[in-house]
Amino acid sequence: MNAWIWGIVGILLTPVVAGLVGGIDRVITAKMQGRMGPPVLQPFYDVMKLFSKQNLVLNRFHHDLVICSLIFTVAAVGLLFAGENLLMCIFALVVGNVFLVLAAYSTNSPYSMLGADRELLQMLAAEPMILLAAVGIYMATGTFDINLIASGTHSAIQYLPGVFFGLIYVLTIKLRKSPFDLSTSHHAHQELVKGLSTEFAGPSLALFEIIHWYETVFVMALIYLFFASRPIVGIVAVLIVYFLEILIDNINARVKWDLMLASAWVITLIFGLGNLMLLFILK
Amino acid sequence: MELAIFLIFFPLLPAVLLVFSKNAFFQKWITIIASTVIAAASVLFAIQYMKGSGEYSTFICPLPNQLIMIGDIILALVFLFICRKLPLRRYWIPLLVIVQYGLVLFYDFSGRMPEVTHYLYLDGLTAVMAVVIGIVGTLIAIYTVGYMKHYHHEHPELSNRTHLFLATIFLFFSAMFGIIFSNSITWIYFFWEITTVCSFIMISYSREPIAIQNAFRALWMLLVGGLSFALAIIYLADSGYTLELQRLMMMPVAFVLLPVLLICFAGMNKAALYPFGNWLLGAMVAPTPASALLHSSTMVKAGVYLVIRCAPILKGTTAGAMVALLGGLSFLAASAMAVSQRNSKRVLAYSTIANLGLIVLCAGIGTSFTLWAAVLIIIFHAVAKALMFLCVGTVSHQTNSLDIEDMQGLIASMPYVTIIMLIGLSGMFLAPFGMLISKWAVIQALAIRSPIFPAIVIFGGSLMLFFWTKWFGQLIAIPNARQQNLEQGIGIEWVALWGLAILTIAACVCYPLIGQYWLVPMYGWNPMLYDKIELSIAIMLGLMLLPPIILLIRKKHLVYTTPYLGGANVANPQEFMGSLSSPRPWAFKNYYLTRFFGEEVLMRWTIAGSIVLLILMFLVEKL
Repeated sequence: MNAWIWGIVGILLTPVVAGLVGGIDRVITAKMQGRMGPPVLQPFYDVMKLFSKQNLVLNRFHHDLVICSLIFTVAAVGLLFAGENLLMCIFALVVGNVFLVLAAYSTNSPYSMLGADRELLQMLAAEPMILLAAVGIYMATGTFDINLIASGTHSAIQYLPGVFFGLIYVLTIKLRKSPFDLSTSHHAHQELVKGLSTEFAGPSLALFEIIHWYETVFVMALIYLFFASRPIVGIVAVLIVYFLEILIDNINARVKWDLMLASAWVITLIFGLGNLMLLFILK
Repeated sequence: MELAIFLIFFPLLPAVLLVFSKNAFFQKWITIIASTVIAAASVLFAIQYMKGSGEYSTFICPLPNQLIMIGDIILALVFLFICRKLPLRRYWIPLLVIVQYGLVLFYDFSGRMPEVTHYLYLDGLTAVMAVVIGIVGTLIAIYTVGYMKHYHHEHPELSNRTHLFLATIFLFFSAMFGIIFSNSITWIYFFWEITTVCSFIMISYSREPIAIQNAFRALWMLLVGGLSFALAIIYLADSGYTLELQRLMMMPVAFVLLPVLLICFAGMNKAALYPFGNWLLGAMVAPTPASALLHSSTMVKAGVYLVIRCAPILKGTTAGAMVALLGGLSFLAASAMAVSQRNSKRVLAYSTIANLGLIVLCAGIGTSFTLWAAVLIIIFHAVAKALMFLCVGTVSHQTNSLDIEDMQGLIASMPYVTIIMLIGLSGMFLAPFGMLISKWAVIQALAIRSPIFPAIVIFGGSLMLFFWTKWFGQLIAIPNARQQNLEQGIGIEWVALWGLAILTIAACVCYPLIGQYWLVPMYGWNPMLYDKIELSIAIMLGLMLLPPIILLIRKKHLVYTTPYLGGANVANPQEFMGSLSSPRPWAFKNYYLTRFFGEEVLMRWTIAGSIVLLILMFLVEKL
């Protein structure tokens, strides 16, 4: 029963936390760029305003697929907080992501479809490292059960520094931050206009923002799992990692897809798999 | 047991009848009636062996060895007859036939073959395989009737030999049932070579030069596997151990590892794993039902079936790890090369090799968890891949194209075929359906072992996700203009298409039951109860019901618009205002990443790597 409550609490709290984090992100980014920046609550204002707008769509399935994406992304976060099987949570997130890509494809609009293709590329680049991190956590703690991982006596990080580094690297891809904001960007100045989300307007775009909140919390929770035996250290680590992401976002220009894919896979192989092989041999 | 014997011999009856019936009406009804009987018998068979562990059967007919011997002689002559027109410089193809049959027949005649007491062995795995052949196979047979009509309508220059094609299908059923029910290795070998002949007949069906060429390539590659099989038989006969597959699996590993590896080699060869993968690509010139039946859902499954049977010996050995690595390499390389393909049949062929590789990877590890996953992949893959092939075949008839780019927005012009195709695609890669469950099982089972195996599965799985989603998205890119419906003229094909679509869904919903009733008694434990997985899967399955419902509800408050084209829209949404102030059409094509995953980049390394692994596999056995 406890698990259900945790899952629901996770689902309910995520938008609040992630919205705030997003707001702080924007303030810090503005400060880094020497601007004033919006108020911390701006992401909430944005989403609320978007919901009040007309729902402009190209066909009747396009909005539905965004809803499907939201359902599975929320489910992924819910399962994660309920302490279910880690692999299953990641798969649920992948399904949510796939639906988002399908929504973009369904529009049959050139910018949007190119964004969809690129989002698939981002998944191709990031997915192996995330799943390898799960395998690493399994090797370190002996289970995929998040409840047991979180209540374990020792943290996975001491066995998996390489995996942790690799995960941070692909996090930028997962969060679609510069230099890996190929599929869509928070800033509408890129060559793809808004890529994946070009054709999302009004409520659809609001849902897209909310999906992004859930994704953010999901990957941050993954980071936390590395430090699960010491909650304070874990939270501090999550904050530091997120600050790093903002910093990286602000000091990098977008790269081409081949560099993203190649670098992500090379880092996955060297730091991720290398770390796991060492762990396997030494244990 | 009677049902098993019935299933082996009954398909020969329609096969013989079909050879003599050139009338389309008779062809249709013989196929339908015979298919129904076979499907019903295979389901009954599966129900009989529910919750049952293995059962041997002693009696089948008088003089079984002599019969098989005569069968072998006939087969050898058939092979030589096929090779009669080959140019002299390809002497090695008939040579392969002469060497293997010469050896086997020599041992037969000199009476050195060990006695076999149990000719048949029936258990949960045979039940699963029987249902796959009996239901998926017969649905494809029914589809063939409609398909061949269109095929000859489109290719009037080819002589119509549909009756022979259908007869070959039924002969093939008989051989497949023979392979999975037999416990005697000489029997398996006999049926094994029949499937090779069937494959040759079907690939060369059109008699065009490219078809003949690819058929001979498939023939010699498969004969290499046959040779390896023959060598295993000779080795076992010579050492006098046993010629019963099940008893072989209970022998001490050190004695029988070499013959088991030879059998595995034959299995991997049939399953088109690298370095032999190319025969399967070439086999795609065959009419689509042949690709669906032989080259994705059944014949190649016989290969992996045999490797799964060998798992008890492979488990824990270095050679077994090499088998697993060979499977893993094929999985990874074929998934990667599938990314770079535009031709839908080639994508399906590569993904078939990939999935067979994954199954062999599981079998090579050989724990009960991975075997459970391997059998599940066999089921899901057989159903969903057959469905995909049949859909692609239908689409290519109606639109004259196999190019995935031409399938953009297919949902508007062929809505039902596309929906069926989407079901097949979901079954291939979307959680919590089939393949993803298997992927989970493999990662979960392998994570305790060396991290190499999970890494292979993870990378290959990500590549699969890429090319399947790309295809999926292409299908549902809804066109801005109204499309003409292209589904007219699809007849009896609908039976197979809907049948397989329902089966795909059923397999996805019922696989815990399949595991419970057929696999758990065999492998002894139920991974579904592991690590709290069943609740997550139940939740995900429940959620999967939502998308179709959401998509069906008509929404109000939607305001329709045209795509964003940089503000240069014109009246036609498929065009934009060009810089010369005239409307120009826009087009979108997908990424194929040929620089990273092209055949010319990867094929050489894959073949080289797999040959090295094969050599290592036999070398480490000697150490």
